[in-house]
Amino acid sequence: MNDTMVAERQENLQDAGRNAGQAPARQPRDREQPTMTPRVDVLEDGTGITLLADLPGVARDALEIHVEGDALTIEGQVSAATPQAMEATYAEVRVPRYRRMFTLSRELDGNRIEAQLKDGVLRLRIPKQDHAQPRRVQVKVA
Amino acid sequence: MFASMTYPGAFGDFDRLRRELDDLFGLAGLPTGIRSAAPGAFPALNIGNTPTSVEVYAFAPGIDPAQVDVTIDRGVMTISGERPSALPGDDAKAGVYAQERFAGRFRRAVSLPDDIDPSKVEATYRDGVLRVSVARRESALPKRITVQ
Repeated sequence: MNDTMVAERQENLQDAGRNAGQAPARQPRDREQPTMTPRVDVLEDGTGITLLADLPGVARDALEIHVEGDALTIEGQVSAATPQAMEATYAEVRVPRYRRMFTLSRELDGNRIEAQLKDGVLRLRIPKQDHAQPRRVQVKVA
Repeated sequence: MFASMTYPGAFGDFDRLRRELDDLFGLAGLPTGIRSAAPGAFPALNIGNTPTSVEVYAFAPGIDPAQVDVTIDRGVMTISGERPSALPGDDAKAGVYAQERFAGRFRRAVSLPDDIDPSKVEATYRDGVLRVSVARRESALPKRITVQ
């Protein structure tokens, strides 16, 4: 079982709950192309979530990050910087494409995601909505 | 050293499952390279041949190229270094949900063919991929012989 399937199923469940009776407006994807699932670290602090993903070999212009509703998709193509006449003798990375999906929860602000790609590591910062940030409630003594 | 090359936690369970399946299907007894590492080892390696060189690609994102050691000793290339952890220390304010990326010291070895020239090695690091190109010896290159 892969993570993409899990993410999609969760998303479908949420969709079904939110707009029951409505067909979700989703585009069919081509599932022909095999992909690798990048390894990630996910950290949360008071103001948002930081996601780190290992995408070695992906250049900045070959990286695509989509947010559609509450679905976050990270996709990257490994650039083929191999010499023309190279004959592979041993390969642990066989599929030149990464893909992974996540479902964002409602308190996260999908419109203000910041992305940085450096040395094959993607760092995504997903802030929380302003009203969802932790607040200290003052108790007034009457 | 072995522990640093595999992933702890749930991956350990999968590794055990893989071993059991290997036993079940009789794959455990098949020969593997003497320096081959367990699947999922960091960094992943791709190796290829061109007529003039041997190319080794190490998929090692997020490392400082100055901190990586590439050595060739008696036909064995070793790539080693350390990858710092991105996770916060014992910071109580940050929660960690997924922790799949490798951190710590790593070391992988590749045995090279006999006809390489260890004095002609080039290493470049780009987009998280370390490429080491080892030239073949001049005498080993294919030659066309003209018939008189």
